[in-house]
Amino acid sequence: MPMRILPWLIIPPAAIIGLGLLLQGISAIDSQLYFTWGYFLEVLIAGTLQGVMYSLVALGFVLIFKASSIFNFAQGSMVLFAALTMVGLMGWGLHWTLAFLATAGVMVLLAMAIERAVLRPLVNQPHIILFMATIGIFYFLDGFGQTLWGSDVKQLDIGIPRTPIFIFEETFEGGILVNQFDVIAALVGGALVAILAIFFQKTRIGRALRAVADDHQAALSVGIPLKTIWAIVWSVAGIVALVTGVMWGSKMGVQFTLALIALKALPVLILGGLTSIPGAIVGGLIIGAGEQIAEVFLSTYIGSAIQDWFAYVLAMLFLLIRPQGLFGEKIIERV
Amino acid sequence: MFYREAGQYKSDYASDQAIFPIRQDRIGVLLIFLFALLVIPFIATNYLLNSILVPFLVFSIAAIGLNILTGYCGQVSLGTGGFMACGAFFTFKLTTWMPEVNILLIFLMAGFGTALVGIAFGIPSLRIKGFYLAIATLAAQFFLIWMFTQNPWWTNYNPAGVITAPPRALFGNFYITGIEATPVNKYLFLLCFTAALALVAKNLVRSALGRAWMAIRDMDIAAEIIGIRPMAAKLSAFAVSSFFIGISGAAWAFMYTASVEALAFEVTRSFQVLFMIIIGGLGSILGSFLGAAFIVLLPIALSNLPAMVGLRLPVDLIAHLEFMIFGALIVFFLIVEPNGLARLWQIGKEKLRRWPFPY
Repeated sequence: MPMRILPWLIIPPAAIIGLGLLLQGISAIDSQLYFTWGYFLEVLIAGTLQGVMYSLVALGFVLIFKASSIFNFAQGSMVLFAALTMVGLMGWGLHWTLAFLATAGVMVLLAMAIERAVLRPLVNQPHIILFMATIGIFYFLDGFGQTLWGSDVKQLDIGIPRTPIFIFEETFEGGILVNQFDVIAALVGGALVAILAIFFQKTRIGRALRAVADDHQAALSVGIPLKTIWAIVWSVAGIVALVTGVMWGSKMGVQFTLALIALKALPVLILGGLTSIPGAIVGGLIIGAGEQIAEVFLSTYIGSAIQDWFAYVLAMLFLLIRPQGLFGEKIIERV
Repeated sequence: MFYREAGQYKSDYASDQAIFPIRQDRIGVLLIFLFALLVIPFIATNYLLNSILVPFLVFSIAAIGLNILTGYCGQVSLGTGGFMACGAFFTFKLTTWMPEVNILLIFLMAGFGTALVGIAFGIPSLRIKGFYLAIATLAAQFFLIWMFTQNPWWTNYNPAGVITAPPRALFGNFYITGIEATPVNKYLFLLCFTAALALVAKNLVRSALGRAWMAIRDMDIAAEIIGIRPMAAKLSAFAVSSFFIGISGAAWAFMYTASVEALAFEVTRSFQVLFMIIIGGLGSILGSFLGAAFIVLLPIALSNLPAMVGLRLPVDLIAHLEFMIFGALIVFFLIVEPNGLARLWQIGKEKLRRWPFPY
């Protein structure tokens, strides 16, 4: 798919400046709304970095959906399970790198088990049945992880600095406050996407994965082993879940609510398009930034705690214009 | 041997279109209904009525509602909890505003109100399909719950945000909500109400409207080509489905928990009802009942099982194990019979017809 660069250079800055001008206009009319450009940018950056965290979750969904058209609701509980396992292993005295590798191994085993026990018997069933089965996996993993490792909140510390820093102190009054942790999380997310991109574009397995994503039957007929590919995809999604779990877990502690971040990733997914990795990234950034700006600047007008639904309504309104999401494959229907 | 329709001839159109064309079915359903109506109230304990039969009936209504939308019209919805909350809060507002109006009418009015909300949130279905739609309906779920928790107007400015259901009588002294209501009263009312609603649903899905829904489900473009208006069909499915779900939400809040709170209708409730129709059988009214019974009974059985076999486990471990077994059973059921319990019943019926002969 050829990417047109020019719109991407123009539209986002234009949207940001337009939004800023709009809010500035509102604050000029209504003194209740506090607005300076520095503050606006600070909120925007915080939201965007938060959005990277959403993208990480969404990425796991997209990988599996692309390869097998399964909407894997269990991604959230895979995140929780991975984080719990890693904390548990670190509790045995392992260094975090070793624990990370061991947990990655556990996630691969888990992927193989899921492929063997759930996906293989359900092959050729309607999508909704497979979706339901992943909700079953969601419940199972939730219970399994907490049975193994207990349900109390655990700290996961791999030594990421958390002190906030100020940037652009000479441009804006007081500078812009940026959380160092979020910046590192964003870098990790970027690195993960780069590795995945190389894996998909340059390796033999990556080519096979893309073939399966395009057309199951055609892939089978040229001799690509579908079952192996599925196990690999679920393993990759499991490792993405592990990275996500490490980042989210060290941000807010490893606990049951980690499984529910899947609900945060869903609007990101449909906004970006269910089948597109760039979509998951861009969707995450838009949702993160939009949500944060709405919460900070609009909550005086429509009430607090709008994060719960704002992302969904944003995604839904967007879908009314483009039903396949930003980067999703155009849905062509024939009778 | 006993279950066969040999000798039962259809001699007019009415008998050809009967809901239960086989006499044994008619007798069986009638016997079950009479048993539930006349025998159970006298033999059942309050525990059985309050924590098994009442939630079963409430969930049956919700499952029928969702089955109309998802099973018959093919639109996957995850907003069930939000619509149930609508029914509960509409009922509360209406009945505190007009205490003299009969509670049955209030329930129906709340159902119609929820139907309007359902139409509003069903509009995206005209453009969005499949999983995109399923996620978009989550917008309804989160937005509605947020609206009910944020606006104190919905709870009549009650500081706690949790309100008990006011006492209301169906007629005379027959209280069905509030503290005066006995479990038997609630059960009897719900039984008749559910039976009536199921009859309405069964007849709706056999009508022209129901056939239009099924055509949309099977392939919407083909349906459009043969002259079915997708907008009318989809929005009517959303409306009817929300009507049922709203009523079940009202019954949940007023008869099962006896308190109206938005927290009872979180997204897990939506998944629960979706499980019911998938396990029970998509596109089957009977399946809605079977699925509701299964999902209501399973957690109770799971939490009582360790105590029954004499195991003493810590409470939180039991809770986690319950989650695990629940998830595993869901997957197991989907693998064994993806078409649900209703399909099992059909297979059983075929076997029963030939019994005791092999063919």
